[in-house]
Amino acid sequence: MSHTLPPLPYAYDALEPVISKQIMELHHQKHHQTYVNNLNAALSSQAGATQSNDVPTLISLQQKIRFNGGGHINHSLFWKNLTPPGTPGNDLASAAPSLKEAIVSHWGSEDAFKKAFGAALLGIQGSGWGWLVSTGGPNSRLDITTTKDQDPVSAEDVPVFGVDMWEHAYYLQYLNNKAGYIEGIWNIINWSEAEKRYTAGVENLVKL
Amino acid sequence: MELHHKNHHNTYVNSYNTAVEQLQEAQHKGDIAAQISLKPAINFHGGGHLNHTLFWENLAPKSAGGGEPPSGALAKAIDETYGSLGEFQNKVNTALAGIQGSGWAWLVKDKQTGQISIRTYANQDPVVGQFEPLLGIDAWEHAYYLDYQNRKAEYFKAIWEVINWKTVEKRFS
Repeated sequence: MSHTLPPLPYAYDALEPVISKQIMELHHQKHHQTYVNNLNAALSSQAGATQSNDVPTLISLQQKIRFNGGGHINHSLFWKNLTPPGTPGNDLASAAPSLKEAIVSHWGSEDAFKKAFGAALLGIQGSGWGWLVSTGGPNSRLDITTTKDQDPVSAEDVPVFGVDMWEHAYYLQYLNNKAGYIEGIWNIINWSEAEKRYTAGVENLVKL
Repeated sequence: MELHHKNHHNTYVNSYNTAVEQLQEAQHKGDIAAQISLKPAINFHGGGHLNHTLFWENLAPKSAGGGEPPSGALAKAIDETYGSLGEFQNKVNTALAGIQGSGWAWLVKDKQTGQISIRTYANQDPVVGQFEPLLGIDAWEHAYYLDYQNRKAEYFKAIWEVINWKTVEKRFS
């Protein structure tokens, strides 16, 4: 059995004007698909190497599995934690009462949190992701963290929502204006999904 | 090219200058912790400045000799090390395709042995220390995404048509 590309929970043009249809098509059909394909290839090589007890090959496959498996996990989380602008899920107060309370108690205000999150995103040197995580499990201490390349968040932490800061996520529309992309992303964050993850954890999005 | 030079490269220059000013201030105050904490910014933005400066110089329009194969000692070193220029280019393209995230691939010269090799560097890590940069290719998405989108293999293939081997020869000697 192999992993497959999960469908988007909305149409390719549904996130406009924040993210264009062209970006979404390339990002989902090409980039995410490539991570899925390369993960399947690496897992298949791993199965063969396990069979033949080929330890050097097993070790050399670890980085491929981390990168492509991480890419598959991260994008699967990302699509679901976005929602078309103006939908009920994008309203923090009504869609995510518990999470909002936790954010305000940790950062003082919603705006202060967004400012801190934006600064963390802008500070990424190279490709990577910014995350709001609930550390150690659901309903726990919130924290802003970044991961490089396609590294996933720590296994014990709950990724409440993530923002892709690879250039392919925004470049066709925002060029080098990263701050413009970050400003726009707040209009498409799916706070309902974020609330669900914060209070109950993340379902396994990439299970076979 | 306009965005890459006037926006990206310029941002590295500005941010590097800012970091160096902060470093001078920290040195002036004898604040060791602040000096150490500035290291990643200096590596990243200073590296970005160095890398792009080298990159522009090792490119040339076709009308100005871009893509014309190397000659002399460098050509000999490439043939001896990789078999042929074509084989060398294939190896560089494979290295570029294998970069996980943002980064660069370089043809470098080992300062100790004089031998050439292909090395990849993450993000804006510069070629310093044991190795000397001869030829760099930018594999950040901003270097090709507007023209090639996700088809990065096409960018890696096409770049050889605008490589300025004269510059690379000079660096080699």
